[in-house]
Formats: sequence, structure tokens, C-alpha cells
Amino acid sequence: MTPKPPPLGTAATLARFGLIALPVLILGLTLGYVRGWLDPGRLTPAKVVDTLQASGGPHPGYRRNHAKGVCVTGWFESNGQLAQASKAEVFAAGRTPVVGRFALPGGNPYAPDNSVPIRSLALRFTQADGQQWRTGMNSMPVFPVGTTQAFFDSLQASRPDPATGKPNPAAQQAFFASHPETAAFLAWVKTAKPSASFATERYDGLNAFYLVAADGTRQAVRWKVVPEGVTPTASAGEGADYLATDLEQRLAGGPLRWALQMTFANPDDPVDDASKAWPADRRTVEAGTLVLERAVAQNDGPCRDINYDPTVLPQGIEISGDPLLPARSAAYADSYLRRTGEVNSLHAAQEPRP
Amino acid sequence: MTKPLQHFVPVARWLHWAMAAGLLAMLFIGAGMVASVSARHEQLIELHKPLGIALLALAVIRLSVRLATRQPPLPADLPAVQALAAKASHWLLYGLMLSLPLLGWAMLSAAGDPVNLGAGILLPPLLAPNAATFALLRTAHGYLAYLLFCTVLVHLAAALYHGLIRRDGVLRSMARGR
Repeated sequence: MTPKPPPLGTAATLARFGLIALPVLILGLTLGYVRGWLDPGRLTPAKVVDTLQASGGPHPGYRRNHAKGVCVTGWFESNGQLAQASKAEVFAAGRTPVVGRFALPGGNPYAPDNSVPIRSLALRFTQADGQQWRTGMNSMPVFPVGTTQAFFDSLQASRPDPATGKPNPAAQQAFFASHPETAAFLAWVKTAKPSASFATERYDGLNAFYLVAADGTRQAVRWKVVPEGVTPTASAGEGADYLATDLEQRLAGGPLRWALQMTFANPDDPVDDASKAWPADRRTVEAGTLVLERAVAQNDGPCRDINYDPTVLPQGIEISGDPLLPARSAAYADSYLRRTGEVNSLHAAQEPRP
Repeated sequence: MTKPLQHFVPVARWLHWAMAAGLLAMLFIGAGMVASVSARHEQLIELHKPLGIALLALAVIRLSVRLATRQPPLPADLPAVQALAAKASHWLLYGLMLSLPLLGWAMLSAAGDPVNLGAGILLPPLLAPNAATFALLRTAHGYLAYLLFCTVLVHLAAALYHGLIRRDGVLRSMARGR
């Protein structure tokens, strides 16, 4: 055994306790910094979701954004046209099952359908090999902003004023004035009308991705789904929840179809900025048909517990440098944890509420 | 009569230091990825999953090595309460090393997420998708990771206490050997 060491003096003992404390302190403080506790200025997923939650109001169990929605199921029938460009199984000719969700932007699950001109469609494709492709698309041609900080600033600018319960127009104007990249979106939104149907809308992926071929070739793309053979709903919708009713009625007459279109970037097109649309003449390949045949209310539907994180991708599709993609992934994960922890309160909630 | 060991066997020391580096890296990666909205979020997650599974495999090997080999005894003059704390904290470390990656794997399964280790390697789900189960496992994964971090800090402080104050050969038994 080790022989008894000579005793230490008081000063030496104190110095040695200091040496013990030092690495413990350094590690603890470094973890606190990395975790953001000692870095209060950092934009974190929790801050983004807190802001969404403050705008939408407390609705336990629901998504903190795109809270109002309906589940849909169907499949994607690939025509094989993209099999050369991407090794993802979903693009080989054949059928891939899909669980999707139509929704409205915003954190209020009871928002009237005519309160916003934007509709969204999220899809999860499950390949036979177990890999998944998840995407969240919106019925607008361009995203208002290109960076996460600008997105967060826009959320803050559109927060309801506690005095009026409505967003402060001056704050919104100031935001748009200081963000010229929003011009394309503002030009679109000026003429956009809330549609009377989910079925008539085109849904744009907005963020750019890379398709990766079997030989490793990477090509920047954006995707969208374009409705096929739909007739517009005759009248503007009535009541607060006309979209779900319209969807049910249309599906009763047969499945709804969209063409999945993949647009390839030219070499100089921006792939890391969703606020910049690509010119309309870019090569576009139709990859197949999205067929949706059934709708289910979201509180019991198969889409309820899916986090439509756009960075969940099969081999053959990769994220681009678009900063909104990791931000969406991080914020969705935070929202997902909050709402799955509240899932039991959903059964008590009435849907729709008068 | 076998002479008491002075040092841990070489494979145990190798596993200890490799896992010390791996576990500390995992704790910092985990803390960073949940507090980041930048591209770092994705990069850290892509590291976190395969490294977590690698550490699970190492923890299983390490537990087998631990059970199959002799360990140097604690000093005979160590106060009983410290000896108990040493034993308990080691088994706590083993428990956390094994349960944290399993919780991570299980929580992804409960979310219905593919357990993707990169390069197309997919692990099978450990359980069926269930939202409430996900929330429970994900919350436990977070809290137990902080518990592991605190236990590692206490372990580090105790090792240095043995090495600098008591100077009883305990730190040396893991630091070096024949």
C-alpha cells in the first residue's frame, strides 16, 4: 500500500483545494454558457416558441404554430423521373405512404379560416426502408424573411399589444421598413385572399435542399405541390371552419391530387435565402402525384403526434445552408416537447370551439 | 492469497479515459444543441446520435470488464461514509452511462422519428410511437443528463481530493499502471 504521505500545511492544503475546485468550476461554467444560461442574448429555440405561444395564447396540447389543422392520409405515386437525381427510395417509381396535415399559420387552434390568407400542408413520406421525408409547405411563393433573427423580430413585431389585444401596426410597419427583403412577400400578400378550400392551393416548400444522386452529385432544389384538376369552391366559405367541411365534401367525391414539382437552381441562384424566389424559367421536373384520400380531425388523427421537422430527410435529400431549416428543426422540437407533455388535456378540449 | 491490485487493469483504464472524453463531449453537445437555432443545431444532433450509441456499446463492454476483472481496493483507512459514497457514485455512473443512450433511443422511437445514425444507418425503434411516453422519456433524458454531469463533477473533485489531499494512491490507480 501507499506509505502515509507527509502532512500538508494550511496554505498548501488551501492551494490544493483551489486546484480541485478550478476544473469543476471551469466545466460547470462552460456548460452553463453552452446551454445558454450564461449567454442571455442568444436566440434559443425556447425564445422563439415562447414568442409564438405569447401570440397564440395558451392552448395546451396544440402546436405552438400552425395550431389549427386537419390530418390527411394518402400516398405519393412517383413516376421515377427524379430517380437519377436522387437516390431516395421515394423517387423510385412506385408508391410511398403519406400522412399529412393541412393547417393555418398562427398559434390559435380556433382561429377563423378567413383570418389569414395562408394555408399550409405538411407531409411525412415513409419509405419501405424506414427512412422518412418530412416537409412543411405553405401556400405562398416566397418566405417573408431569410434569417432566423429576422423571423424572430417579425414574431415580436406582430405580438398582440396587451392594451388592445391586436398587433401594434406601428411595430409591424417599422419591422417591414427595416427589412426590405420582405418586399416580395408583401407584394404577394397584398393580393392574396383566404381561399375557400385547401384543395385549390399550391404549396411551396420555400427552403432549398440538395438532391443527392447515387454517384454523389448534389443539385440544389426547391419543391412544391400543384393541385391537379380541381374546381374552385363556388362561394367564399362561411363560418369559422369552412376549410375542414370543404375538404370532407371533396374527399367524399374521391381523392385529391397534386403534382409534386422539383425545381432545380441555376448555379448563381440563392440556396440559403428563402426570401428570394428563383426566376420562373428554372428547370422543373414533375416527380409524381400526391394523392390524399382521407381526412381525420387532428385531435385523434395520425398527424397529431408527428413533428413535421423539415430536416428529417431520407438519404438522397440533404438540407441546404438555409438558416431557417435548423431554426425550424430546433423550434419544432421545443414545441413538440411542450405539446406532447400536454397531450392528455387535448381530450378535454372541444374541437371546434364555437 | 493474491496481493491486492495497485492499479485498474489496462483495458479498464483505457475504457475509463475514452469514455470520460466521450461523455463530457456528449454532455456539452447535448446542452448546446437544445440551446441553438443555428446550423450548429443540426451538426450537433448529427454527432449526438452516433456518439451516444457508441458510448452505449462502450458502457456495455465496460460493465463486462468491471464484472470480469478485479479492482484495486479502496484505502483501508477511508472513512466509511466516503467509501459508501465512492461505491454508490460509481454504480450511479454506470446506471446513467447505460440509461441515457437507451432513453435517447427510446424517446426517438416514441416520437416516431427514424433513429438515424447517419450514412443511412437506421436503428430499429425500441417502442411504439406514443406522445405522452415521448414527453416523459425526453424530460427524463434531459434531467438525467444534468445528473450525470453533476456526478461527473463530483467524481472529478473526489479523484483530485484523493490525489492532492489524501495522496492515497486512488487517483494513481486509474491514472497509470504497469
